[in-house]
Amino acid sequence: MKLYELTIHEASERLAAGECTAVELTEAMLERIVAVDNDVKAYLTLTPEAALAQAQAADERRSQGENGPLLGIPLAIKDVLCTKGITTTCGSRILENFVPPYDATAVARLKAAGAVLLGKTNTDEFAMGSSTENSAYFTTHNPWDLTRVPGGSSGGSAAAVAADECLGALGTDTGGSVRQPAGLCGVVGLKPTYGRVSRYGLIAYASSLDQVGTLTKDVTDAALLLGAIAGHDPRDSTAIDAPAPDYNSGLQDNNGLAGTRVGVPQEYFIDGMQPEVEAAARAAVDVLADLGAEMHEVSLPHTEYALSVYYLIAPAEASANLARYDGVRYGLRVDESGDLIQTYKDTRGQGFGAEVKRRIMLGTYALSAGYYDAYYLKAQKVRTLIKGDFDAAFEQVDVIVAPTSPTTAFRIGEKADDPLQMYLSDVFTLSMNLAGNCGLSLPCGFDAAGLPIGLQIMGPPLGEEQVLRVAHAYERATEWHARRPEIMATDSMGE
Amino acid sequence: MKLSRADVEHIAELARLTLSDEEKALYQEQLSAILAYFEKLQELDTAVISPTATVLPLHSVMREDEPRPPTPREDILANAPAAEDGCFEVPAVLD
Repeated sequence: MKLYELTIHEASERLAAGECTAVELTEAMLERIVAVDNDVKAYLTLTPEAALAQAQAADERRSQGENGPLLGIPLAIKDVLCTKGITTTCGSRILENFVPPYDATAVARLKAAGAVLLGKTNTDEFAMGSSTENSAYFTTHNPWDLTRVPGGSSGGSAAAVAADECLGALGTDTGGSVRQPAGLCGVVGLKPTYGRVSRYGLIAYASSLDQVGTLTKDVTDAALLLGAIAGHDPRDSTAIDAPAPDYNSGLQDNNGLAGTRVGVPQEYFIDGMQPEVEAAARAAVDVLADLGAEMHEVSLPHTEYALSVYYLIAPAEASANLARYDGVRYGLRVDESGDLIQTYKDTRGQGFGAEVKRRIMLGTYALSAGYYDAYYLKAQKVRTLIKGDFDAAFEQVDVIVAPTSPTTAFRIGEKADDPLQMYLSDVFTLSMNLAGNCGLSLPCGFDAAGLPIGLQIMGPPLGEEQVLRVAHAYERATEWHARRPEIMATDSMGE
Repeated sequence: MKLSRADVEHIAELARLTLSDEEKALYQEQLSAILAYFEKLQELDTAVISPTATVLPLHSVMREDEPRPPTPREDILANAPAAEDGCFEVPAVLD
């Protein structure tokens, strides 16, 4: 097995046993990136010199007796998280030359744990999108089929993990942006409870929904990364002030799922979804039952309203958050007029891409005089109903399982001209952000074209341990996560 | 809800966005379609439902008021499109 094929916990064991060094591991990752990233295009920025220096520092720390699950582990960071001294673009032209003077808390915690940061991964502009096609730079390609999208917005991180271009990655999830690309790329994507991970240094899209998450090759690695980044942060008043448990210790018990109550929501099996996705999710439900879980039908009756609620609340918050890009303090400035107001407008008109402008327009409209009650306030009230659905369901069950996305990876360009069709790709993931729950996506099968299918396991607020335990039990009982893509380079695809 | 061209121009003005004629036409059509989809929300009677702004039961989180070293001014200004004398520089707003 090549070093770049390892999971985080496997690599960590080798490092601890002295079977390889962090420098060797990092060199293997950098060689892998050179070999495949021209085709996958997962990374916006690579930092090989800094990575090798961090690897060397990790090896020195280890030689002085230090040990830790992330010491010397090469990871990738979605380019919406600030990295001190390293360009952070949010996939946008407006931040093309932005070099943050500080690290996001999640990044700082990984660095403190001794992780090696390989670079910054591609994203839809300001995390607005489901395919990375809204990146101002390029579209990332799905490692399972390079003509297809990796999902989004954390598509660069998901593709980098799937293509063995890092051992794990950070992403962010506002409406499914960790889980949906994880599903489409066949990796594990964990969205923690809103507030579980500090948002300090996460460049804001929709502040009441944004959450930092992880993309990994298996559930054990998801627990390891979450353990490293979770916890209170005085710099984010919405970071929950409760200690982060040892998420991995909960994965050790081998008692199966006896006594675990699993809910299956009828509203997540809908007309128009790809039949193979429904079949794989139903088969996964059977596996959980075989493992001893008690299965319950649950209802989340306001699910059909979630898309509308999300696309009012998130753009409304975005229109306020993105007001800061005015060409004064950082980023692009288009100053052809010599007039301050016109400079704002021209900077934003040229600096933002089509989807970002669409959402700013939508959010501005929803918040504007005369429409606030009908749109924004209405959406906030229906958000209460959606959260109420989950609260009621989690009275009856410990976790809820459903497909992650209605289809497997779609073709690049297929939905690019139809925003509503693109938004529907997130129809199964949005509700959880509105309710503030936690959940993850993990592989549960493949369609006839060989594309991965994701299973979503949702838990109540701060229910990460039970979500991870159920996911781990499922993973141990199946082999889907072990299947890896064979990357077919474009020059050998006969195009 | 069908948006007019004037609606689109008004929203763009509020949002401080310069849009091309093509963009105005595109957003007029797309935003109208998206807003029509949102009409679905009107099916629900929410007269007695409170709005949710945040899912967390948090109110006015306080911390000790202790001075900490700020980010150095030059680090902040390093990202500015234009700076002079330790300040951000913008086009003149007063004659």
